[in-house]
Amino acid sequence: MTDQTQSPQTALAPATPDRWAEFAHLLRGNKITFAAVLLLLLLVLLALIGPAIAPYGATTTDATASLEPPSAAHFFGTDALGRDVFSRVVIATRLDLAMAFGAVVLSFAVGLILGPIAGYFGGWADTVIGRFVDTLMAFPLFVLAMGIVAALGNSVGNIVLATAIINLPFYIRTARAEVNMRRDLTYVEAARMAGNSPWRILAVHIVPNILPAMVVQASLNLGWAILNAAGLSFIGLGVRPPTPEWGIMVSEGAGYIFSGEWWTFTFPGLALVLAVLCFNLLGDGLRDLLDPRSRT
Amino acid sequence: MPLLLTLLRRIGSAIPSVFGVILVTFVLARALPGDPAAYYAGASATPDSIAQIRSQLGLDQPLIVQFFGYLGQLAHGNLGQSTSSGQAVLSDLIERLPASIELTLTALMFALIVAIPLGIWAATRPGSWVDHLCRLLVTLGAAFPTFFTALTFVYIFYFQLDVAPEPLGRLSEIYYTMPPRVTGLLLIDTLLAGDPEAFRAAFAQLILPAISLGLFALAPIARVTRAAMLEALGSDYCRTARAMGLSRGRILFVIALRNAALPILNVLGMVFSFLLGANVLIEKVFAWPGIGAYAVNAVIASDYAAVQGFVLMMALLFIVLNLVVDLFASMADPRVRYDD
Amino acid sequence: MTISSLLTPRRIAVGALCALMLSTAAPTLAKTPKDVLVEVGEHGPNSLDPMAPAANELSQMVAWQIYDRLVTHGLKTLPDGKTVYDATKIKPELATSWNINADGTEMTFHLRKDATFHDGSPVTAEDVKWSFDRAVAAGGFPTVQMAAGSLTDPNMFTAVDKYTFKITLPKANKLTLPDLVVPVPNIVNKKLALEHATKDDPWALDWTRKNDAGGGPFEVTSWKPGNQIVFTRFDDWKSGDMPQMKRVVYREVGSAGTRRALLEKGDVDVSVGLPPKDYAEMAEAGKVKVIGTLMQNEMFYVDLNVTMKPFDNKKVRQALAYALPYDAIMSQALYNRAEPMYGADAAKGYAPKWPVASPYDTDLDKAKALLAEAGLSDGFKTDLYIDMSQTTVQEPMALLIKEQLAKLNIDVTIHKVPGSDWFAKMGSKSMPMDINYFYGWLDYPEYFYFWTYDGKNNAVFNTPNYNNPKLDALTEKARFLDGGPEYDKTISAMNAIVMEDVPRIPVAHLYSDIAMQPNVDGYVYWFHTNLDYRFITKH
Repeated sequence: MTDQTQSPQTALAPATPDRWAEFAHLLRGNKITFAAVLLLLLLVLLALIGPAIAPYGATTTDATASLEPPSAAHFFGTDALGRDVFSRVVIATRLDLAMAFGAVVLSFAVGLILGPIAGYFGGWADTVIGRFVDTLMAFPLFVLAMGIVAALGNSVGNIVLATAIINLPFYIRTARAEVNMRRDLTYVEAARMAGNSPWRILAVHIVPNILPAMVVQASLNLGWAILNAAGLSFIGLGVRPPTPEWGIMVSEGAGYIFSGEWWTFTFPGLALVLAVLCFNLLGDGLRDLLDPRSRT
Repeated sequence: MPLLLTLLRRIGSAIPSVFGVILVTFVLARALPGDPAAYYAGASATPDSIAQIRSQLGLDQPLIVQFFGYLGQLAHGNLGQSTSSGQAVLSDLIERLPASIELTLTALMFALIVAIPLGIWAATRPGSWVDHLCRLLVTLGAAFPTFFTALTFVYIFYFQLDVAPEPLGRLSEIYYTMPPRVTGLLLIDTLLAGDPEAFRAAFAQLILPAISLGLFALAPIARVTRAAMLEALGSDYCRTARAMGLSRGRILFVIALRNAALPILNVLGMVFSFLLGANVLIEKVFAWPGIGAYAVNAVIASDYAAVQGFVLMMALLFIVLNLVVDLFASMADPRVRYDD
Repeated sequence: MTISSLLTPRRIAVGALCALMLSTAAPTLAKTPKDVLVEVGEHGPNSLDPMAPAANELSQMVAWQIYDRLVTHGLKTLPDGKTVYDATKIKPELATSWNINADGTEMTFHLRKDATFHDGSPVTAEDVKWSFDRAVAAGGFPTVQMAAGSLTDPNMFTAVDKYTFKITLPKANKLTLPDLVVPVPNIVNKKLALEHATKDDPWALDWTRKNDAGGGPFEVTSWKPGNQIVFTRFDDWKSGDMPQMKRVVYREVGSAGTRRALLEKGDVDVSVGLPPKDYAEMAEAGKVKVIGTLMQNEMFYVDLNVTMKPFDNKKVRQALAYALPYDAIMSQALYNRAEPMYGADAAKGYAPKWPVASPYDTDLDKAKALLAEAGLSDGFKTDLYIDMSQTTVQEPMALLIKEQLAKLNIDVTIHKVPGSDWFAKMGSKSMPMDINYFYGWLDYPEYFYFWTYDGKNNAVFNTPNYNNPKLDALTEKARFLDGGPEYDKTISAMNAIVMEDVPRIPVAHLYSDIAMQPNVDGYVYWFHTNLDYRFITKH
C-alpha cells in the first residue's frame, strides 16, 4: 500500500548538531514536553533504584493484611494476598520499561535493516519486503499479538517479541520512505559518483539521516508497547506470576472494581497511564522538533 | 476506464498478502497450545474418545493435507466450523460483524465530533495554552488501557450513577423487539422498523463502549486536523480570503476545513481499521456480541477455524477499506494517482 | 503538571457524559418481569445436543431443560434449608413406572401415554430405543458416560410395544439406574431428527446441534451462539409439575466483574461462575441471595506426579502435604467458600465416604524432617501448573504455595496453561505438580477413584499418574458391591491408602455457589451443578 500516514516533511529537517540546542530551547518553550522529560527521568530513576527503595518485597505475601486500603504502612494499600501495592508498582517500573524498550529496540533494529534495503535498492527487494509489510498490516494487530503469545507461551521474551512484530511494519515503512526520499539527493549522488558501494552509502550517508524520524516512531511506540502488554495481561496472556508488572496488576485489580478495592487497580493503572502519557508526549515533542511545519 | 483498471490492479496486488495472511494464520493457529480434541473430549475423556474427536475434527491428518483441505474449503466459500460456537464460522462472522462495525463507526463518530473541533481550536492558536491543553487531552485519551477505561466507565456510569444502561450487549430483548435485520446496524434497523424506543435503547447501549473505544482515536485525528488546518490557514487562498474580508468562521469552517479534509480522510481509514481490531477487549467488558470477543475466545480455545476465519475476514476488510479510502481520496483530490 | 490540571478537564468530560446519557438512557424500568428469568454466565452452549461432536458442558445444561429422560431424582431439604437432589431416590419423568427383575439384569419402563415432543408428536418407545442407540453410538463423552452404567450395545435396548421400553444387561450394575438420570440418555424426537439425517450423519447430530428435538419442560425459541439462548416453557409438558417461568434468558457475559455488577444492580436474576471472593462478599452484604452447596463427590487438591522426581519418593510427598499453607489458601484463595479437607486425626480411621479430610496440616518442622530423610534438605526446583481458566482461585493459591515452599528451599515455577491445553496436559501426565479438582456425577466414592486414582483405567484425571494394583483391586471390588459393611470396609481401606501414600494432597471440598435476587426461589443443587429451570419461582 501507499505511505499516506508518513508525513513527508519529517524528511526535510537536516540532522545537525545544533538540533539539541534547539531541542533545549523548545523544551523551555513547551512546558508539557518539559514535564514529560522530567517524568521520563523519574521513571528511569525508579527503574534503576526501584527495588532498593521499595519498603516491601514485590512478592512477599501477608495473610494478615490482605486488601487493606492505603495507609501510612502501605501507601497504595495491599492486594488480595497482602502484597504491598506501592512496592509492586515501584519494582515493576524496571520490567515495564525494559519490555517497552526491548520491543521497540527490536523492531527499530529490524526496521532499520529492511526499510533502507527496500527504499534504496527498490526492485524485487522492495517488492518482497513490501509484501511482507502488507501481510503484517493486513492482520488485526492485537489478535496477531495474542496469537503469537498464546502459541509461543506467555514469557516476557515472547511478549516483547509479539509487540515487536506487530510494530515492525511502521518502522519498515518509515525507514523505506525516508531512504527513498534521499536516494536521489545530490549528496548521495555525489557519494555514488565517488565510487562508494551502495552499502557504504546507506550506512554512512543515508541511515544516520533517517534516524531522527525513526526515533519519533520509536518514542510513539513505547507507550503502545506498554498498553499492548497490559491488554495481553487482561486476557491472561501476561507475564508469569508473581512477577510484578503494571499491566497484570491492573488487569488483576480490574476484578476488584465492583467490590470497591479501588487501590488495587488505580495505582498500577496510574503508573501505567503516566508512563504511556510520558512516552506519547515525548514522541509528540520530538515530532514537533523534527517537523517544523507543524509548529509555528 | 483507467480508474477501474487501477482498482483491479490494486485488488490483484493484494492477493499475495491475502495468501500470506492465510498461510501465517494457519500455521499460527496450529501452533496454539493444546489439543482441541482433548479440550472438547472434556471430562471423562479417554485416549479413545480423544482420538475419536480428533478424527471427527480432521485433526489426525498431516498438516499439509489439512492446509490444502482448508484452501479447498475457502475456494468454496467455506470457512469451516467453529468448535466453540458449534456453528459455521462464516455465519458466526456475518451474524457478529455488524455489531462490531456499528460500535466502531459510533466510536469513530464520537472521535470526529470531539477531535476535529479540538484540532481546529488548537490550529487557530498554535503554541498557546489551548494548543497544549488539546494535545494533553487527546494524548491522555490514548494513554489508558481500553479495558481499564471500559470497566471504570461501567463502574461510574452504570454501577454508581445509574445513568447508563446495563452493560449487556446491544439491545435488551426482554424489553424491546429486535428489529428485522436489514443492515444489521441497530441504529438504522430500529428506525426502519419505526421503533424509536428501541432506537433510543440501542443508542444508550452504544454510548459507553463507543466512548471507551473512541478515546483511542482522538489523538491521531486531532493531530492531523491541527496540522492540516495550520497548513490550510497559512496557504495563499486563505490569505486571499482573509484579504477579501470573508468572515473568520467562513474561512475556518468552509475554506480551510474543506482543504484539510483530505489528510483527515486518509487518517480515518487507518484509524477505522485500527479500532476495528482494537475493540476486542471492550467487547468482552460490555458483553458486546461482536467479532472481537469472538476472536479472543477463539484464540484461548484453540478454535482453529474461527481464528482463521476472523483474521481472513479482517484482512479482506482492511484491503477493501484501503481501496475505498483511496477512491474517496482520488475523488476529493484529482492529484492523487495510483502510481506505485 | 499537577494532578488538578489533569483532573479538571476530565471532570468536565464526566459531567458532559452524564448529561448525554441521562437524555438517552431508557426510562428506568421495573427489573426483570415476574415470569421471566434472566441468568448470566461466562460461557454458553456450543450445541443444543450434548451428543454432537465437541459439544461443551453447557450443552448438557441445555439438554437438561429441553429433553426429558426416563427417570429423574427426587429432591430433599438439608438441615440448613438448602434444597438438593436426592441421589437415593429415583422418580418418574417420562416413564411412569418400571420393574427390575430379581438379578437386576432386566429393566422394563412403562412410558407416559400422553407425553408429546415440542412439535406435538407423541413420545413412543421407538423414540426411546432410537435415543439410547444414538447415545452409545455417538462416541466421545456420551458413550463413555453410558458405559459407566454398563449401557454399551444397541442390542440391550428393546421397544417392547408403543409404550414399553426394556433394557437388558449382562450383569447387574448399581450405576445403571442413576446413569439414566444424567443429561446423556435424553429422549430425542426420532421422526423429526431422521428427517434431517444424512448418509454421513445418520443420527442427525448436525441438525440437533442447532435445533431443538426434545420434549422437555422448555423449548429453545432463540439461540445466538456466543451471545444468548432463550428458553420458552413448553405448555404441553406432562412429565412433571408445570414450571413457573414462562421464559428463561441465558446471557453470556465474559467479564466476571460485569456479571457481579449486573446482579447487584438488579438487572439480572441469577449470576453464575463468579470468583469465590464475590460470593463471599455478596453473601456477607446480604443484598442478593448466595447459595453455596457442598459439591457432591468432589475434591480440590494439589497433585504430585509419582513418576517424576522427586515426587516418586513418598517422604517428599508427605513433606509437601505437611508444608502447604492450608489456612491461607482457605481464606485468601477460596474465601472460605469451601470446607477444609486437612487436619483429620489419622488414628480414628477414615469414614466410608468421599471426600474425607487428610491427616496432614501445616507443620514445617515435620516437612523439614521428612525432606531431610529423603536427602533433600537443600531443597529442589519444581514446576507447578494451573489452569488459566481457573486463575481467580488457582493463581493466588499457587503463589501462596510458592512462597511457602521457598521456606523449604523448594523453588517453584508457576505455569498457567490455557484452558484449551489443560486436558491435553493432564492426559500427558507431564506436570510434576498441579492444582486440580474433580467431581463425579454419580455419588459413589469408587466412581471418583476410578476416574482419578485408578492406574489401570489411568484416565485424564489421574494426573499424579498413580498406579497401585492393590488400590485398583479394591476399587474394582467396590464397584460391584451395593452398600453393606463389606463395601464400607473397602472404601475406608481405599481412603487410608491414598492418604498414607499422598499422590494427591487434599485441600478443600468446594461449594457449588450461585447468586440470585432475593425474590428468586426454588434453586436446587444437582450433580451437574447447573440451574434447573423447572423449579425456579419468583415472588
